Amino acid sequence: MRITRLALLALTAAASPALAETHEIAAGDGAQARLQEALITAQPGDEVVLGAGRFLLDDGLSLDVDGVTLRGAGMNATVLDFTGQQGAGEGLLVTSDKVTLRDFAVENPHGDGIKSKGADEIVYQRLRVTWTGGPKETNGAYGLYPVESDGVLITESEVSGASDAGIYVGQSKRITVRNNIARHNVAGIEIENSRDALVTSNYVTGNTGGILVFDLPSLPVMGGGNTVVRDNLVAHNTTPNFAPKGNIVAGVRRGTGVMVMANDGVLVEGNTILDNPTAPVMVVAYPLQFKDTTYNPYPRNVTIGANRVDRGGYDPQFEGKEQMLAAFGGALPPVLWDGLSQPGTVAVRVDPSLKGWTLGLTSQGGGLDVANVKPGPLQVAAPDASVTLTGYGAPAELEARLVP
Amino acid sequence: MIRSAVLGLALLSAAAAVAHAAGPVAAPNDAVVTAETFPATLSEYGFFSDAPGQVPANRVTPYRLNTPLWSDGAEKLRFMYLPAGAQAKADGENLLQLPVGAALIKTFAFEDNGKRRLIETRVLLHRASGWVALPYLWNAEQTEAKLALAGARVPVTTPAGEAIEYRVPNKNQCKECHGLNGVVTPIGPKARNLSHDWLQQFASAGMLDAVPAVKSAVPLWEDRDKVSAASAARGYLDVNCAHCHQPGAGASNSGLDLRWQQTDDQALGVMKRPVAAGRGAGELLFDVVPGKPDESILVHRMASTEGGVAMPELGKATVDKDGLKVVKRWIAGL
Repeated sequence: MRITRLALLALTAAASPALAETHEIAAGDGAQARLQEALITAQPGDEVVLGAGRFLLDDGLSLDVDGVTLRGAGMNATVLDFTGQQGAGEGLLVTSDKVTLRDFAVENPHGDGIKSKGADEIVYQRLRVTWTGGPKETNGAYGLYPVESDGVLITESEVSGASDAGIYVGQSKRITVRNNIARHNVAGIEIENSRDALVTSNYVTGNTGGILVFDLPSLPVMGGGNTVVRDNLVAHNTTPNFAPKGNIVAGVRRGTGVMVMANDGVLVEGNTILDNPTAPVMVVAYPLQFKDTTYNPYPRNVTIGANRVDRGGYDPQFEGKEQMLAAFGGALPPVLWDGLSQPGTVAVRVDPSLKGWTLGLTSQGGGLDVANVKPGPLQVAAPDASVTLTGYGAPAELEARLVP
Repeated sequence: MIRSAVLGLALLSAAAAVAHAAGPVAAPNDAVVTAETFPATLSEYGFFSDAPGQVPANRVTPYRLNTPLWSDGAEKLRFMYLPAGAQAKADGENLLQLPVGAALIKTFAFEDNGKRRLIETRVLLHRASGWVALPYLWNAEQTEAKLALAGARVPVTTPAGEAIEYRVPNKNQCKECHGLNGVVTPIGPKARNLSHDWLQQFASAGMLDAVPAVKSAVPLWEDRDKVSAASAARGYLDVNCAHCHQPGAGASNSGLDLRWQQTDDQALGVMKRPVAAGRGAGELLFDVVPGKPDESILVHRMASTEGGVAMPELGKATVDKDGLKVVKRWIAGL
């Protein structure tokens, strides 16, 4: 079926691109069924166009047709309102490839906002996901949530109120997250168990933690890395953590700017990182014990290049912070490393313009608040010009789908 | 019950009389099953000689599962259709391999004023392009079921007495459970979850190539208090959760694998931390904590009806108290 459809699509594209249909859906009575039916009966290449207005939805929506564009009249004009949602784990679920989502908002989904799973080459442009009550533990987990996908472009979108991550890219590769606003989430932007990501020119503010690059054990896709975090504004991430305790991001400390955990090859440069009172930049190993023998818990080849940072961790969320602050003259230096590295590898290199400190941990798996923390000044190598990352970011074909 | 049986018989004989007058007995329309279209009504398929009475047509065989998927307590009527000359193939303990042209039909019903009320009939059609899942919604008169591509909500009262807005899934939601490695597949009729007697009869009727040897069958749900806690719970988890929680399926990214044949404790959730559970994890740290069902996320989510927390995500508006009890008993004994 898929092959037939693709063949047909190729055929129609060659013969007459005008054959693609536009399905216009207005807000109002029966919107749930009308919209869902359009998303089911659409053919590859079709556009489903949402009118301006508020769509009151009582169930999740889903799209499983390749090559469909779902677009509205603007992220403030077209609102998919899930406040009265009765079922499903997310507002919109996309499970097909080459989908473009543009110009609409999702409000108050009970689970995640927009999830795309196994949906390769997806574009999210000018979307808004908002939990309108502000940061709350009862808000859904993720705002924009592509997972298990090859080719992801998220741009010009806004997410606020997620009780986990505003923008969360998991178990994916070839990713660009650019020109977005993430605020009042637990984590602003999270790249997890993913490779080849570019996170650039985002405004990440008012979260508990700003930008997280993580690798976690016991997952189908591991070995995260080859990721660049560049030219972002990461400011005032001072919201107390409101994630439910069982969540991995519940361990993110209030005031974390950019955090890299257990990844191979991450470059953090050109960012402006202001008022992140635990640590503007944090590079750590996975802090918990694990059984998965294929998992590497250490940061490797992480480069902290030149970034604009303020005085650093002036109010860190650490046990014994008073002594730490006193030892460092009132604020912790901007770059924090836990001191752990895989033998034979370099965990982190830091631009000489930035000062740092280490927790001085000697073994992985005991958490960060341990009795044997031995804080001290950071003494690591400067960035190595021969260590360069290539091949990151979304494929050009995705960029070509953006509209001005 | 007796009355409906009598009614059913009466209808059956009426249908037989009509069929006799017209020639052959009622049989499904193979062209409708295999054509790449979405038929508008259930009657077009001809799966029933009496659809309101759920009396199957020729070569449409009723079956049950040892442990069934729980759907808010709905009564389920399951049928398997094989076209003339076609045969299912056994694949060990696994899913029966059904040829193109075959179909699985499942009707969901609740009791309403002492009578069985049909809510929806779902069909899984094996076409040349693969399996296609379509939902059909019964009308109030109980005379016909119409295609409901976008699903529906229907107010019903469950056997437990709870008034709910029962969810008829849309076509995509069918795939959320029936999707494996990107294609739609049947879930239920696995040899290990079918009775030996049924398999034998099916084979004797020439519908199945051989009776598969099943070493480790999923226990009968009504025997749940007689069999081991592990057997009852693992059977329940396989049938109710593993269609998503396995590699290649809807919840593969969770790393949780609840299939019957899984033997690795970590994959089964024992002391496994959640990944993308979000607030679904609540205040809890691990999927399954041996000896401590109330500290296990698995139990927490099964016991919830709140969107974003409740599991399964689809087909559940109320808590399955019997299922919960079985899973708690298993965890308590770990």
